[in-house]
Amino acid sequence: MKDSRGCRERDIAFLKEQAKLVRVEILKMLAVAGSGHTGGSLSAADIVTALYFSKMRHRPDNPSWRERDRFILSKGHAAPLLYAVLAMTGYFDISMLKTLRKLGSPLQGHPCSRALPGVEISTGSLGQGLSVSNGIAIGLKMENLSSRVYCLLGDGEIQEGQVWEAAMTAAHYRLDNLCAIVDLNGLQIDGLVSKVKAIEPVASKWSAFGWNVIEIDGHNLEEILNAFDEAETVKGKPSVILAHTIKGKGVSFFEGKVEYHGVAPTQEELERALKELEVNG
Amino acid sequence: MDKRLHSTEQKTGVKEEAIATRDAYGEALLELGKERKDVVVLDADLSGSTKTGKFAKAFPDRFFNIGIAEQDMVGTAAGLALSGKLPFASTFAVFETGRAWEQIRQTVCYSNLNVKLVATHGGISVGEDGASHQATEDVTLMRVLPNMTVIVPSDGYETRQVINAIADYYGPVYVRLGRVKVPAVMPDDYEFTIGKAYTFYTGRDANIVAMGIMVSIALEAAKILKQEGIDTGVVNMSTVKPLDTETLLNTAKACRLIVTAEEQSIIGGLGSAVSEFLSENHPAYLYRIGIKDAFGCSGTPEELLKLYGLTADDIVRTIKEAIGR
Repeated sequence: MKDSRGCRERDIAFLKEQAKLVRVEILKMLAVAGSGHTGGSLSAADIVTALYFSKMRHRPDNPSWRERDRFILSKGHAAPLLYAVLAMTGYFDISMLKTLRKLGSPLQGHPCSRALPGVEISTGSLGQGLSVSNGIAIGLKMENLSSRVYCLLGDGEIQEGQVWEAAMTAAHYRLDNLCAIVDLNGLQIDGLVSKVKAIEPVASKWSAFGWNVIEIDGHNLEEILNAFDEAETVKGKPSVILAHTIKGKGVSFFEGKVEYHGVAPTQEELERALKELEVNG
Repeated sequence: MDKRLHSTEQKTGVKEEAIATRDAYGEALLELGKERKDVVVLDADLSGSTKTGKFAKAFPDRFFNIGIAEQDMVGTAAGLALSGKLPFASTFAVFETGRAWEQIRQTVCYSNLNVKLVATHGGISVGEDGASHQATEDVTLMRVLPNMTVIVPSDGYETRQVINAIADYYGPVYVRLGRVKVPAVMPDDYEFTIGKAYTFYTGRDANIVAMGIMVSIALEAAKILKQEGIDTGVVNMSTVKPLDTETLLNTAKACRLIVTAEEQSIIGGLGSAVSEFLSENHPAYLYRIGIKDAFGCSGTPEELLKLYGLTADDIVRTIKEAIGR
């Protein structure tokens, strides 16, 4: 399969490597910080890597480029993931990652747009990013810009009522330049999403709210890119990609472990994790 | 039914008719929409009451009804601001500042976005709808937010100027407007500036620092007091944040007593702002007229202002008791 960006097969190998490096950077910065959200950063790493390294039009040397595609990290606790891709694509020096969560650092515990160019909007309080994405998408349409808006939500996050207010708004205003992604890793701080407060059936919920629904394996880069492409072709309604993922993906002893939702790896765990990524990568 | 609260005859040089500040907003927004193409307006199913409906009718492509979803409205306004638009988001003050407070905090103020939150139906003068629809703590809720500017205009003339001024100012702004007609109080040559209070007159005995509809009531009280030999001045502190501390300091230095007057809870609003500043910089003898830690209730605006102690007579009594006459 070919597109304007070149050979997809080559992209996949490249993207796989980048996703691995993104995971390495996430783990390294979290270990230095000593706190932060490991599981949800790793679960969405392939999706966000595909966006920043392939799908999105953006200029790291000009973060406010008018025609850029926008990425809104509604699940703001995955800040390490956003910081990793921003650094790796050249928004700032990668050495800055070790300042995560430290006093005076632009890498706040949750993304702060005033502190760090490349962050479109401050997030961290869940449920708010989709509304903001809608506003941006409306604004882009008013300006006749073909830029697209990508908004990443957590699965626990969609328990927030505002998400569904925004879901209605996006469908009402036919925001086909908007693509939401739900990182369905199945876990939230207090445990299984299905146990804390069930969100299923997720697909029919979004569908009933007027969205085009695409379900994928959120770790399969081919499926991820195809989903973004499909979303772009759907007119008259917004698209949501329901990405089935594994929390902590890439590090066997973090995978599916709710304990690592909001806990950083120790130095020992970091070394084991990096070894694993190197072997598996 | 005439919803006017008072006569319009308190101040010479004022030619305007009594008008609700929300009506002035509707007109100002329409004019602003003609001048500036970047202006967009959002409402949460109350465009008839907030008067954004006028803009909606003239510029349907720039008006977004978000439905009964205030949190989403504020977030959407933030997104529009991010794409370079100048959003005005309106609904009733209690829903705008209460229901969507965290959205205003996290998304609008933390990111310092150019979102104008213009809410109507502030205070108990909402009347018959009762406490659920009467915002009595909205100024408190907005004043506490970093980056936020808080403005409560006193009449229609000032409201029009406020809308134009905030359009030219970058940053989050909260404007509280009212439902009922209020007399025109500001003189023809008045020019509103964000953060600048207007002194009608500085009294030697007492000065009333007021906002919103309480400005005209304060003027009424000052007139009565003057007739009784108590020299009382009035300051329109329409910008509650940032507070005009220079005017406040000069006013406090000129008299024995400061009385604040607001159609809002005395906790956290104008009375608090004035108290906080004066306690630290020029301790003064001070009383706060306002809603005393209570919810509103149904009734006519006139009845409610009386019930909650917000009439000219209440101010007169407070000042007389305070200075021992």
